[in-house]
Amino acid sequence: MARVNDVGGQSGFGRVTVEPDEPPFHADWEARVYALNVAMLRRGVYNLDQFRDAIERMPPAEYLAASYYERWLHAVEALTAPRSGDG
Amino acid sequence: MSGQHASSQTAARVRRLEERLIDAGLTSDDELDGIIGRLLSGASPANGARVVARAWIDPAYRERLLADANAALEELGLSMSTGPQPQRFTVVPNTPDTHNVLVCTLCSCYPIALLGPSPSWYKSEAYRSRVVREPRAVLAEFGLELPAGTGIVVHDTSAESRHMVLPMRPAGTDGLAEDALAALVTREGLIGTAAV
Repeated sequence: MARVNDVGGQSGFGRVTVEPDEPPFHADWEARVYALNVAMLRRGVYNLDQFRDAIERMPPAEYLAASYYERWLHAVEALTAPRSGDG
Repeated sequence: MSGQHASSQTAARVRRLEERLIDAGLTSDDELDGIIGRLLSGASPANGARVVARAWIDPAYRERLLADANAALEELGLSMSTGPQPQRFTVVPNTPDTHNVLVCTLCSCYPIALLGPSPSWYKSEAYRSRVVREPRAVLAEFGLELPAGTGIVVHDTSAESRHMVLPMRPAGTDGLAEDALAALVTREGLIGTAAV
């Protein structure tokens, strides 16, 4: 079954907006999230497929409302959360 | 993302996550700084442009690049390995008959080592949804009006496989040296939303 991220061919997302002279990151926290993810992948805490899966399992409304690195943050948090009883 | 307040809340959330992972011994401040530094200093479309310029002046290199792009990168001291998982790399050449353009409809897969950090538009739902359905219209919005006779191939990349476009060498550049040729190549040209 297609997940919310599978947007290829869908209508209604509007025109493509290009930000001129866009910086690599729009806030320091975005760079930190990027680095945390690379570090966890490197250490084998999880792999790239698990990372993508964690993003793609976000509730659709939450996924669409989140910025790119907010999705990354969600995934790193979810994949490194201390195991709880319902985990 | 709704303004300053939401952003500072997110920043605080990231700090808590970072502290938790550092306390758990899974990373360190130094490692995180190093990762960001290497990304910002090393990953750049200038790398992709070097590959293109070499392919333009050296037909044998072009042939090797199209046959096995991972190996051809190594010849120039470049590599796709930005993480623990190997990525198959393919270079797709534009011709007068065929124009190539890249997308990752499912997420944001992109050859960062060769093109630098990806632009937000590449990761947007608008680009990912539309470029596979009406590529000619999307490219026109980028200012690239292709002749009606030129076919468009859209390459949907994945986590295991990345692509880069080899643009056509512009006319009137016969006398240019390799460095000058590389300087003509843009990030958008390597994605396929521009001609060069």
